[in-house]
Amino acid sequence: MKLNKNNYRYDFPIIANWVKPNSKVLDLGCGDGELLNYLKKERNITGYGIEKDPDNWLKSLKTGINVLQVNLEEGLSEFEDDSFDVVILSKTIQSMHNTEEILNEMLRVGKQVIVTFPNFGYWRDRIQSIQGVMPKSKELPYSWFNTPNVHLCTIKDFDDLCKLNKYKIVGRLVLTDTKSVRFFPNLLGALALYNLVNR
Amino acid sequence: MTLKKNIGIVKPEIFKSLNPLRLQSGKILKEYNLIYETYGTLNKKKDNAVLVCHALTGNHHLAGRYSSKDKCPGWWDNLIGPNKPLDTNKFFVIGINNLGGSDGSSGPKSINKQTKKLWGADFPIVTVEDWVNSHEALITSLNISKLAGVVGGSLGGMQVIQWAIRFPEKIKHAVVIAAAPNLTAQNIAFNEVARQSIITDPDFNTGNYYETNTPPRRGLRIARMLGHITYLSDDVMGSKFGRKLKNKNYQYDFKTEFEIESYLNYQGDKFAKEFDANTYIRMTKALDYYDPSNGSKRKLSKVFKKIKSKFLVISFTSDWRFAPNRSKEIVKALLDNNIDVKYAEITASSGHDAFLMEEPRYHTILKSYFNSML
Repeated sequence: MKLNKNNYRYDFPIIANWVKPNSKVLDLGCGDGELLNYLKKERNITGYGIEKDPDNWLKSLKTGINVLQVNLEEGLSEFEDDSFDVVILSKTIQSMHNTEEILNEMLRVGKQVIVTFPNFGYWRDRIQSIQGVMPKSKELPYSWFNTPNVHLCTIKDFDDLCKLNKYKIVGRLVLTDTKSVRFFPNLLGALALYNLVNR
Repeated sequence: MTLKKNIGIVKPEIFKSLNPLRLQSGKILKEYNLIYETYGTLNKKKDNAVLVCHALTGNHHLAGRYSSKDKCPGWWDNLIGPNKPLDTNKFFVIGINNLGGSDGSSGPKSINKQTKKLWGADFPIVTVEDWVNSHEALITSLNISKLAGVVGGSLGGMQVIQWAIRFPEKIKHAVVIAAAPNLTAQNIAFNEVARQSIITDPDFNTGNYYETNTPPRRGLRIARMLGHITYLSDDVMGSKFGRKLKNKNYQYDFKTEFEIESYLNYQGDKFAKEFDANTYIRMTKALDYYDPSNGSKRKLSKVFKKIKSKFLVISFTSDWRFAPNRSKEIVKALLDNNIDVKYAEITASSGHDAFLMEEPRYHTILKSYFNSML
């Protein structure tokens, strides 16, 4: 993952922009807790992270994150309706089996939902597909035979899912490296960031 | 250079309370003793004290040995000591034998000062709530106004929960391992079989067996064998013993045929020689009675409302007596109250017993958490 000069991931400031100060945040697949710690610093948030990988879990613990080892595929039954201001699923949706279920659960638990994912419609991925191989890129570094990703999608696919389930999109940003992509985002964008609300 | 890791020789102390303790049952203990041990040094600010609560058959002897000839160290010696996860170079660690115990605290085997005789069967039933109230009196006598942490597994974990509920101002961190907010029917059932095996042993004599020196060893032995089966997982029993035989071939009699039988018999015999039956049935009762929310999951959130401590909750995948889902009930009630909580589910094959083992991930987590408490 590309780091900018402050040593955090370049999508963090965008996510932080969508998070109101002092929010209560739940980060699904929080990894080593970097995003939650960034949001603590920048937005004074409180919150919890969910992480099932033991090594990442321990890293999160060591940085003081309230980290819970729960399997997301089993839903968010530990959490009450509307109990969080923001629920974040950052670059994790593509590896989930129950994609629709988790989005519904996030919108049940959170008043606001932020989802980010690698755009499978990105031109570099398309070229590799045309060349007859499974795409690999900075955002998708895995080979087809060892990838955790089972539900890759394009920006258009995700828009269709939002329409189908009547998710309300209040913000969308598409990035390639650190730059925002406005023209043909589904072709020229590598990473998509969505800001949704429950109604 | 290797770091010193063992506590060395330790000595217990006695706390004598002359203040009456009103028990949950309504009875009153006019005065009582608690035997306890401490390890490490209480610092000037008195903010480095950690209380470790024991489970069903544990006691105050957490770590170290009583003499250089002592074969076995305290029951949690793999966790507690200099440079161990609960580091006695940093923390002042306290272990207390619970009321009703038989290792020096007031219990069936101690003298009732009113009658000048052994308590025996007359020693009242004590509960988790009573234990925590008596612990608090001891902690206060040590001039500790706030514990850095309270730690416990299984029944010990229930005491940690009770500490956080009952004395929210006096505990900074709660470490709850392989525990549950109450027992399931299945768990109570196992306890009842264990109790019945003791109570129906003719030697039990309604709990008055000290004078005749005829402890109900047969009953205790069966209770322990049953316990052992439930503390292990099917998998670990399979891998440890499988269908291995004592002899080369079947003997076609009722003597010990399989390794697992031999193991259980050995454990049963050993326990029956060492442990007091009156204590055992009382400890299982305390397990059965503990239920801070009267069986309601919703109400547990309300009971947790005043909690101020931070929590670490740990469960083990193969533990079916205190399964991970029971730990998640605790976590959920904490989340409902926005309480700081970390939750780990450790992959372990050894069942409920895993909480006493030196599993690397488990001990690394505890070490990291304990270090964060200072």
